[in-house]
Amino acid sequence: MNLKPTRLRMCGNWVLDRFPLAQVWNEHMAHYYAPKNFNFWYFFGSLALLVLVNQFVTGILLTMNYKPDAKLAFDSVEYIMRDVNWGWLVRYMHSTGASAFFIVIYLHMFRGLLYGSFKQPRELIWIFGMLLFVALMAEAFMGYLLPWGQMSYWGAQVIISLFSAIPVIGDDLALWIRGDYVISDATLNRFFAFHVIAVPLVLVLLVFMHIVALHEVGSNNPDGVDIKKSKDPWGHPVDGIPFHPYYTVKDVVGVAVFLLFFATIIFYMPEMGGYFLEHANFIPADPMKTPEHIAPVWYFTPFYSILRAIPDKFAGVIGMGGSIVVLFLLPWLDRGKVKSIRYRGGIYKKALMLFVISFIALGYLGTQPVTPLATNMARIFTAIYFGFFLLMPIYTRWEKLKPVPSHITMQPTLEERIPELKAVFDEVTLVTEGENAKRGFNPTGAKNVLVRTAKNLKKSLD
Amino acid sequence: MKKLLSLLLFSLSLNVFASGGAELQSADIDLTDKVSLQRGAKHFVTYCLGCHSAKQIRYLRIANDLGLDEKHVLKDIAPEGAGIYEQLHSAMNKHDAEKWFGTQPPDLSLIARSRGADWLYSYLKGFYADKNRPFGVNNAIFEDVGMPNPLWQLQGEQQPVYEIDGERRVLEKLVSSSAGSQSPEDFDKTVNDLVNFLVYVGEPVQLERQQMGKYVIFYLLIFLVVAYLLKKEYWKDVH
Repeated sequence: MNLKPTRLRMCGNWVLDRFPLAQVWNEHMAHYYAPKNFNFWYFFGSLALLVLVNQFVTGILLTMNYKPDAKLAFDSVEYIMRDVNWGWLVRYMHSTGASAFFIVIYLHMFRGLLYGSFKQPRELIWIFGMLLFVALMAEAFMGYLLPWGQMSYWGAQVIISLFSAIPVIGDDLALWIRGDYVISDATLNRFFAFHVIAVPLVLVLLVFMHIVALHEVGSNNPDGVDIKKSKDPWGHPVDGIPFHPYYTVKDVVGVAVFLLFFATIIFYMPEMGGYFLEHANFIPADPMKTPEHIAPVWYFTPFYSILRAIPDKFAGVIGMGGSIVVLFLLPWLDRGKVKSIRYRGGIYKKALMLFVISFIALGYLGTQPVTPLATNMARIFTAIYFGFFLLMPIYTRWEKLKPVPSHITMQPTLEERIPELKAVFDEVTLVTEGENAKRGFNPTGAKNVLVRTAKNLKKSLD
Repeated sequence: MKKLLSLLLFSLSLNVFASGGAELQSADIDLTDKVSLQRGAKHFVTYCLGCHSAKQIRYLRIANDLGLDEKHVLKDIAPEGAGIYEQLHSAMNKHDAEKWFGTQPPDLSLIARSRGADWLYSYLKGFYADKNRPFGVNNAIFEDVGMPNPLWQLQGEQQPVYEIDGERRVLEKLVSSSAGSQSPEDFDKTVNDLVNFLVYVGEPVQLERQQMGKYVIFYLLIFLVVAYLLKKEYWKDVH
């Protein structure tokens, strides 16, 4: 009976003597100390990794039946949807995963803006993250051509023709990218090659560097306090806890909640009302028929809106490129001395709120056809978008900062706030007396709650 | 607050099936109604398959999904000579189609996913007499479409009633000028069955997908409870 485990242990030791598995595990999981006050916004990093794995697994399965050929591509996707066993599930997991990836990444980036995770000493983590974002956009753009529907085709046509706006070399550059005078079989083949192998390799490499850089300087936290400043006698941060098991078990809860949303979309609304799978993309690509309204998928629409808002085509391309480039410069644009929004001045809070509103509004306008009113709105929001970044060196100097605590503070968790939420619920509802007692709506209570929320919101912006 | 705003913006833009001005009537789609789907399949082969294919679906799949016997499908639904493993191919060839209609009639496998059920329902009911068109009919939903009305014998003929709005002539409604072989109620039912079938053909797996969804979500809810309890147990010492 004793023989087996010993043998097994010997095999294990044989590997461990030759490979630093235990060391890697300890360095990045069991002995990696993370601040203990991570909140909701800290789920999205691990979720991005989950979605990446989902895209890899489902993507590999899709390539087994997909045909990267202009004559066969569209039908091969429908073949996967209908004749391949579980093909529909794999395809929906991949198409929903693409949108989920951007939702998760946008929230992950927003976390950075909230808590100053891009600030010194984490500038390089932000740069790697931004490179990941650009690679992800390239991956999504090239993947979207593969189903070879009308929107795949004309979306790619519009975006690649942007390169031809560059003076002198533009037309030749666009031709070189397409491999033809229009989007064609040659384009489809090279996009397939980039989508399934070249860009995924870059993504994996960048994820690795993103995490290595993070674990070198340590994680930021919602208070923006450096936990390495106060250590216990064993040299561990007082405010830190080992990533494994604490954050692995916590992230599993996040995974479960995420998968609930993910499964609901896959099984009940895979098209998501035409946002995740556009209706026009169920028509095979037809180079002779331009659709009335060409809209990119939702995750590109904020940038597409900026492109359309600027009257000159070349200036528009510069504007669209610039809207990504300013994000790279963020660590040096922000001159605020404090990381977390909790201790920053009202001016940054208001600026960030305006930025979020304009980003969402630009995204919405990008899905809509052009009208003079919409174009003017898009111009205003584009100005706010760039204003947020380019005026940052000025307005962040005026900030009235609040004192930063020396240790992290624990905020009440969602479950600790249940009594509070219940009190609000009781306030807005009214129980009617009598035989069939029912909960009804209480207008005065609701008004009080609204006024209080507005007051709190106003106070929190100061 | 931000979520609220984005929800509001998204709900404003849900009319993503752009249409040619006229208001759409709503089709009554029920994929569990096998009898309606069977009637729809029969109508599709009778009235549509002459010109339009539905090459992404096979007769066998229809037999299996609609609870029909294979022999029954071949005898009653499929055209003469079709095999059970074949896809729903139209017999009309490309060159004839271009000569007769100026264009190749589109494949209808995914038409319900690109146009939407209500559009199809309104379109099929929207043909009216127009002497200026090659086939003598125009369509209220798809103006100047190159397609004749395949269901005119059932529906009869409709005449347009215009409303003068300044200088523009706006189509107000269609009125029946000669009765078809079906009463208006029966005709609505025929069109509805046909659209129901097209919605099924657009994504044959959708019923199975929705049925499976509840088990997946039930499992994930249990998983969430277990994961949450595990987290709580591990974290009880963290203050």
